[in-house]
Amino acid sequence: MSQINRLAHGGRIDRSKPLHFTFNGQAMRGYAGDTLASALIANGVRLVGRSFKYHRPRGIMAAGAEEANALVQLESGRRTLANQQATRIELYEGLSATSINCWPGPNFDLMAVNSWFHRLMPAGFYYKTFMWPAAAWKYYEHFIRRAAGLGVSPKLPDPDQYDQMNVHCDVLVVGGGAAGLAAALAAGRTGARVILADEQAELGGQLLGEQAEINGKPASHWLAAGESELAGLADVTVLKRTTVFGYYDHNFAGMLETRTAKLPNGGATTRQRLWHVRAKRVVIAAGALERPLIFSDNDRPGVMLAGAVRTYLNRYGVRAGSNAVVFTNNDDAYRTAIALKDAGVKGVCVIDTRLAPHGELPTQALQAGIAVIDNSTITGVTGKRRVQSVEVMTLNADASGVIGPARTFPCDLVATSGGWNPVIHLHSHAGGKATFDEARGLFIAADTLQASACIGAANGEFQLNDCLKDGFRAGRDAAAKAGFKKASRRKLPTAAVVDEAPARIIWALPTTKPIGQRGKHFLDLQHDVTVADVQLAAREGYRSVEHTKRYTTLGMATDQGKTGNIPGMAVLAQALGVANPGDVGTTTFRPPYTPVTLGAFAGRNVGPLADPVRMTPMHHWHELAGCKWEDVGQWKRPWYYPKDGESMADAVNRECLAARNAVALLDASTLGKIDIQGPDAAEFLNRIYTNAWSGLAIGRCRYGLMLKEDGMVFDDGVTTRLGENHFLMTTTTGNAAAVLGWLEEWLQTEWPELKVYCNSVTEAWATLTLCGPNARHLLAEFTDDMDLSADAFPFMSMQEGTVGDIPARVFRISFTGESSFEVNVPASYGLALWTQLFNAGEKYGLTPYGTEAMHVLRAEKGYIIVGQETDGTVIPQDLGMQWILSKKKDFLGRRSFARPDSARGDRKQLVGLLTGDPDMVLEEGAQIVAENRNNPPIPMIGHVTSSYYSANLGRSIALALVSSGRDRVGDTVYIPMPGKVISAEVTTPVFIDPQGERLHG
Amino acid sequence: MLLIPCPYCGEREETEFHHGGEAHIERPQDPDALSDAEWANYIFMRTNPKGLFHERWVHAAGCRRWFNMARNTATNAIIGTYKIGEKPPKGAR
Repeated sequence: MSQINRLAHGGRIDRSKPLHFTFNGQAMRGYAGDTLASALIANGVRLVGRSFKYHRPRGIMAAGAEEANALVQLESGRRTLANQQATRIELYEGLSATSINCWPGPNFDLMAVNSWFHRLMPAGFYYKTFMWPAAAWKYYEHFIRRAAGLGVSPKLPDPDQYDQMNVHCDVLVVGGGAAGLAAALAAGRTGARVILADEQAELGGQLLGEQAEINGKPASHWLAAGESELAGLADVTVLKRTTVFGYYDHNFAGMLETRTAKLPNGGATTRQRLWHVRAKRVVIAAGALERPLIFSDNDRPGVMLAGAVRTYLNRYGVRAGSNAVVFTNNDDAYRTAIALKDAGVKGVCVIDTRLAPHGELPTQALQAGIAVIDNSTITGVTGKRRVQSVEVMTLNADASGVIGPARTFPCDLVATSGGWNPVIHLHSHAGGKATFDEARGLFIAADTLQASACIGAANGEFQLNDCLKDGFRAGRDAAAKAGFKKASRRKLPTAAVVDEAPARIIWALPTTKPIGQRGKHFLDLQHDVTVADVQLAAREGYRSVEHTKRYTTLGMATDQGKTGNIPGMAVLAQALGVANPGDVGTTTFRPPYTPVTLGAFAGRNVGPLADPVRMTPMHHWHELAGCKWEDVGQWKRPWYYPKDGESMADAVNRECLAARNAVALLDASTLGKIDIQGPDAAEFLNRIYTNAWSGLAIGRCRYGLMLKEDGMVFDDGVTTRLGENHFLMTTTTGNAAAVLGWLEEWLQTEWPELKVYCNSVTEAWATLTLCGPNARHLLAEFTDDMDLSADAFPFMSMQEGTVGDIPARVFRISFTGESSFEVNVPASYGLALWTQLFNAGEKYGLTPYGTEAMHVLRAEKGYIIVGQETDGTVIPQDLGMQWILSKKKDFLGRRSFARPDSARGDRKQLVGLLTGDPDMVLEEGAQIVAENRNNPPIPMIGHVTSSYYSANLGRSIALALVSSGRDRVGDTVYIPMPGKVISAEVTTPVFIDPQGERLHG
Repeated sequence: MLLIPCPYCGEREETEFHHGGEAHIERPQDPDALSDAEWANYIFMRTNPKGLFHERWVHAAGCRRWFNMARNTATNAIIGTYKIGEKPPKGAR
């Protein structure tokens, strides 16, 4: 295609640098400096996609972040980006983009049948239609999701890299238009550390699209001089292609910088950077967004914002049409009419809703020979895929209707302007309020919670001269408040002041029939929300703007209603009979201002860097042994060690048998270890644990249970007294950090008088647990300074000595019920000792065992795992652990046992379950009932907490929490599962060695 | 994101801290002297004011010290931070 709409001269594009690209597979050309949107318009492309709900043909309607229609899928494969606004994509060589939300293509779209049924799809259509019966949603959802479409996300990992930056500055200036550039200059000149961020590739903002003059010269001269001065200021950082997408508490801002024009695969650099900025002062010069006039069929391709049409002409040298009508309620759009006329566009005329517009600009337009039709509105648009003509009628006295006769204006472009809305999004993100300016029909930033100010057009200041003044004042002011005062006085730049007459605000323009009965008055182009939808919502009882938004989906599309929200709120106010739209208010503006790639939030924290991996000192040995891993928090723990051809069940059975019949070795290094020292250490443990600690002898160990104040079990573990004022506490692997935090919290906030210090030593020690009848024999080969006999080294005691010439602490504690020795050596010796034990252990049948076998072995003994047998609703009594609750002292959680709930007879209690079929292994989490049936509802009496096949017992075992469980021992209970009911006998939770002979042996 | 003045380290980003709920709730000296309702009140019931609120924070990824903060919950303005055992600063009582 040729660039039929490109002007021969003018604009900021570089005609000496042609660029090739494709749109929907068609080869096209543009120039360096184009956006995809400007290049598409230059190539005569009108239809860029289909609308979300009705699949109506849509064209480009804006030139910036407010674009609602022109969303494209950019590139394909791994780097594809969905729902990108063509107006914000800089053109680059080889760009490839396709339309979204249409199939097979925008010119012929099968889902367009939706528009024939529009009367069946009113506001809240999805709520009304698809919510009943509730069970059917799963059938509807598939259809709706596919029909709704929008872009597709990539199926493969993003190959590009993203960076994150953390910076502080004195003054952050948001927006590099006239006001923002002036503010950055004024603040920068004081020596303040300034960041100027602008979303576009060039500084200038709206100036880039205007034929404005500053100091009597084209504004581009002032822009270039300003940018050059900023470049010479050492403490000023200018970031282009950088959107401040969010503004948060305490002057914190999030910015997304796109690093090259070529958004996907930016060449040798990272694709984007996410900036975290903490600023002393923030100057918001984010400009204003034009809002459309809301008239019948205002969505047709060729209906565009007047300011955008002007930008395409002035900045990109592109005519958006060859035969234009300008439709306005204000003077500003006359600039567009004049520019169109100057560019040789035919038949330019202005439809103005006002009576006899008389300002400076209308006068200029009339002098240029442009026809002005006043006190009129467009009542209809013909042409579905491209505007062909508009019908115009005169407004009646109160603008509630029109009076004939109708006139028809042939045209292929309608440039509309309903006035400009200040971009107060960021101000609102950070809790700022807005007030409604009734005369101008716009929301203005009011009280801010931050050290910030909105200036220029973002503050409703639309005169260039005032924007410049405002900018310099705000920049100086911000720098001064940040502590920078010195700056030489200079003459401020000036621009001609143009006298503009007030606008005439008519939120929904009438047509020949009541609204909704002739064409559609679109408010939200991306979500296809019309004036009739909002009026219907009001009739159905919606009063709150927030509820109406959700019911109609107004402003909930990817553009967040940048063009449609304010007219939508005003329409709601009218429908509710509220005179001042300010009383209805705005919906909450939320970050991000424009969409942010998820990759930018992830930054470099992807793949192996997404989460730290914690490895024990013996990790490498386990890996070589071919173990399967279990993730426990961030730890990698060996799960089981399959030999050649072994299934998981085979391996776990073999490991379990070795632990009870020979000797097995577990890497228990991940258990939390907290070193507790100080003269009040024992008293501290008395308060933290449920049992008493003062009398524990040095070198002795004790099992302890920790509760929260509500009496629920929080953690358990064995703590050993190493000295009079020195204890070593062990915690569960997953709770180690939480327990240390818990201890510190009580010490610091409630008991600061206790002289106790806690320190995590988890990673300082490697823990090797030898378990089984041969454990003592094997260990004896490695030590000559410890007596390992049962008498000299009884259960629940600790000795210090050497193991394999390595200094070691050996604990006789057990989580399996077998005679066990937990050998702790400094972490750096762990692998050496582990290897030595295996070199000598074959004759004893030494077998490594993993966490699965450990779980089976402890379940055989009925030992609980916190977080498996407990879930935050379990008290010690439920577990049959009354014996550990001291009656002689207070401890955390004790008082809660006196609450009636703790004494309830029907509390769930820990029991064992033996299935009728010994090979049937129950599912953990399965619900337990008392009746032998499988037709819910059936009252549940409990659930399975642990369930395994026990090779040592030759049958399955399970632990369960069952209501009044201890009273049910001997009863049969039932576990309904899909297609069957499993019966099981309730037992005590100890399946092996209830007398503890193995343990103490 | 809040900028929190840790009384021990100075201003640090909120991500370094954990919130610890309402401040100045003392553990009863003699829990047995309390009725069930009073005990439940101590464990579970917290105020949720719009405006001035005294709350506990811990500099978890920093000095690991607990401290108190007076914050306006409506604006997130921090009136001041103070060490455990100290009284709230002037203007935050």
